Amino acid sequence: MPVTKKTNKQLFFNGILMENPIFRLALSMCPAVGISTTVMNGVLLGIAVLFVQVFSSCTIAAIKDYIHPRIRIPTYTLTIATWVTIIDLVLAAYMPEAYKAMGIFVKLIVAFAIITMRLEMFAAKNPIIPSFWDAVGMGLGFMFGMMTLGFIRELLGAGTLLGHDILGVRPLLFFILPAAGFFCVGFIMALFNYVELVFKRMKEKKD
Amino acid sequence: MKDLRLHVIVVGLLLLGGMLLAGCGAEHRFIKKISFKGTNQIEIAFAGPVDEKWAKNVENYAVYEEPDPDILLNITDVNLAQGGKAVILTFESDLNQTQPHLVTLQDMMAEGRSMGTALLTVKKLYFGYLFSILLGAMIIKNFVFTKYLGLCVFFGTSQKKSTAVGMGITFTIVMIASAMMSWFLYQFVLKPYRLDFLQIIVFIGLVSLSVQAVDTILRKVNPALFKAFGVYLVLVIANCIILAVPLILANSEYNAWESLMLAVGAGTGFLIALFLMSSVRERLELANVPPTYRGLPIAFITAGLFALAFMGFSGMSIF
Repeated sequence: MPVTKKTNKQLFFNGILMENPIFRLALSMCPAVGISTTVMNGVLLGIAVLFVQVFSSCTIAAIKDYIHPRIRIPTYTLTIATWVTIIDLVLAAYMPEAYKAMGIFVKLIVAFAIITMRLEMFAAKNPIIPSFWDAVGMGLGFMFGMMTLGFIRELLGAGTLLGHDILGVRPLLFFILPAAGFFCVGFIMALFNYVELVFKRMKEKKD
Repeated sequence: MKDLRLHVIVVGLLLLGGMLLAGCGAEHRFIKKISFKGTNQIEIAFAGPVDEKWAKNVENYAVYEEPDPDILLNITDVNLAQGGKAVILTFESDLNQTQPHLVTLQDMMAEGRSMGTALLTVKKLYFGYLFSILLGAMIIKNFVFTKYLGLCVFFGTSQKKSTAVGMGITFTIVMIASAMMSWFLYQFVLKPYRLDFLQIIVFIGLVSLSVQAVDTILRKVNPALFKAFGVYLVLVIANCIILAVPLILANSEYNAWESLMLAVGAGTGFLIALFLMSSVRERLELANVPPTYRGLPIAFITAGLFALAFMGFSGMSIF
């Protein structure tokens, strides 16, 4: 892929909608199923991923000319691991409660396929500023996906949003169960597919 | 040749039996058996019925964990069972059953006669403990269905049974190698020099290294095997479980055997999950699935059903 011709705005929205990491690319599924029980979890992990994605993308975009192609993957991994260590220590020091709720997933950001993929596909070939916007879009897209899942599961499972009681009842306790994460992701993916199918049919009718 | 193998098996079984028996020996002639019961109870069985008045007095018992004799554990209740031949001590809080506990019985009275003071050790069988770690990682806390890790690779390689088995076996081999290396490095390098904060960087480096090492060794030693399993090696790095296990090991202070059991359990647990899932997905190929659900969505819903089924194992404890 040559240097991108998209504007910064296009890059930004590309990550949120067209190439949403969770629902469109089906990457980084572990946290989407594991800890999407509340909106707050989604926001916090989203911030952590956004931070790591932006900083690693900028680092790689800045030093890409000095990386030998044969050792590029280890370089990406080490860069990501460094930024993950930083966010891990910061969260543990300043937000111990939230850190505990997210458990091992903060450390596992280093293994999320989405970050490595963006470095390989985009940051390694483009200058810093487009890489920055691409990373912000991807990070926000991930956050958006996590928040959508958290919204559905928290509202239907516990009847609350961000800890505030909204419904007063618990409509479906099933959704707060850990296993419901799989069902939620499955249903939302099916919904995305359905929307795509409807669009295709409309296009065919026009032609 | 056959005789030799038989001998080895017999000797092995005898050794195992001896070790198992050694675990439940009681040191006093009047005590038949002492063992943990539930999460916060200890049961002591006597050779004959003991006096109720002696047995009901809490002050006659002193229980502590072997490493710290100063901290006596609080007994809330004493119950007689089996017609006075057994005593069940109930404690205020759950017992840490991985530690051996020492129990002192002051001046035991049975049918009006004093039977002296007894000092007893109660501990769990170590093999049982190791086995419970193995089964725990494999089934009860299956990494895929109850911890939701390694999902990308799980959905990517569970389309065919042959792929699933190949991936599972490759993963287990790399898992054991990298977990043992990272345990060693953490215990003997990172911890003594207080470099804990480097654990993420070190572990991810080790994992990549061990994948590369297995790749090189397999290519030279067994090209046939490499041809079958080589394609899965790259995917192993993308699997969160391979990084999660060293991190869990670093958190929970396991020793070498326990770490090995956790690594084997995590690997075989992933293999089991992949095999179960691929069996279902092979059938789904023939089923009439609505077009919007075809592919990943229906796979996710199937995995959800598996996860619900695996919830049935939760809270189980063996031994």
